[in-house]
Amino acid sequence: MKHNVYVYIFICMALVTYLIRILPLTLIRREIKNRFFRSFLYYVPYVTLAVMTFPAILDATQSPVSAALALVVACVAAFFGRGLFTVALSGCLTVFVSELVLDYLIK
Amino acid sequence: MKTEHRKNYIKGLKDGIPIFLGYFAVSLTLGIHLQEYGLTPLQGVLASLTNHTSAGELIGFQTIAADSGYWVLILAEIVANARYLLMSFALSQKLAPKTPVWQRLLMGHGITDEIFSISVSVPGRLDPFYTYGAVTAALPGWTGGTFIGAILGNVLPLRFVSALSVGLYGMFIAAFIPPIRKDRVMAGLIAVCFLLSYLFHRLPAFDFIDDGLKIIILTVVIASAAALLFPRKEAQSDEA
Repeated sequence: MKHNVYVYIFICMALVTYLIRILPLTLIRREIKNRFFRSFLYYVPYVTLAVMTFPAILDATQSPVSAALALVVACVAAFFGRGLFTVALSGCLTVFVSELVLDYLIK
Repeated sequence: MKTEHRKNYIKGLKDGIPIFLGYFAVSLTLGIHLQEYGLTPLQGVLASLTNHTSAGELIGFQTIAADSGYWVLILAEIVANARYLLMSFALSQKLAPKTPVWQRLLMGHGITDEIFSISVSVPGRLDPFYTYGAVTAALPGWTGGTFIGAILGNVLPLRFVSALSVGLYGMFIAAFIPPIRKDRVMAGLIAVCFLLSYLFHRLPAFDFIDDGLKIIILTVVIASAAALLFPRKEAQSDEA
């Protein structure tokens, strides 16, 4: 290797990532008054989390079927006000059980 | 530590438990592949401890394995992690304006998809101690998983890893679904997000765009459109 692994890890990766994380957080110290920008920032978290979830969740497990079931179960649990842990766990259990059943059906 | 900070720290620690489990599962798979990239378990652990991000580390390891230039890796990291810039923006508005800089610097390292997701969902202002609690649970999961994956290799049952991996998405779902109960705009917004994201990720015409970049493009386009069409009233924005 021509390049130093630690320069890669600490400078190109860690330092760059850290700067991205802290710049807005440290530079923007006051409330933004602009209504468009406030609305934009209000929507950002929901939009970004939703587009990260779908369709990526379909590829996270061994079968898209188990993942799709988990998505539905977790959405229903969240809709009815269950907490973070319950929602996450309901998804995991759905995958675990449905993959057991799927394997049984195929074999 | 003030009582209120301690309470928030413990709350963050508790909410961080599913993140610990999810991170452990995901970083396990990252660790399993370390050898292929020509990295040692120690290098993997150091990377996970200092980077604390999945996509960024994966791209990093691939670039290291390809022995590409430093600038290539810096650009790849900016693209892979640019969504953290948006999250950092959103969190800057969630903190009390008088939150000291050192707390902002400390908190910054904790910005990941999942920790952001729970931090931005706390009612009212965000106490950085809540985020510290979540990081205390999550970072050992992430780093430990990388290490265990690197030394254990492929001996873990796939079914187990598969089930845990979905937990991370469960946490996202717990953050973006509850608002749709009371707010029709939010319900429509999430449906549009799913639809556009599906098309953008699955249509071959968009294959040339990097996945990290796709998330940013979708976020900026959809959130801007929503802000133009459905601007929030002040009272509504404050509960964000």
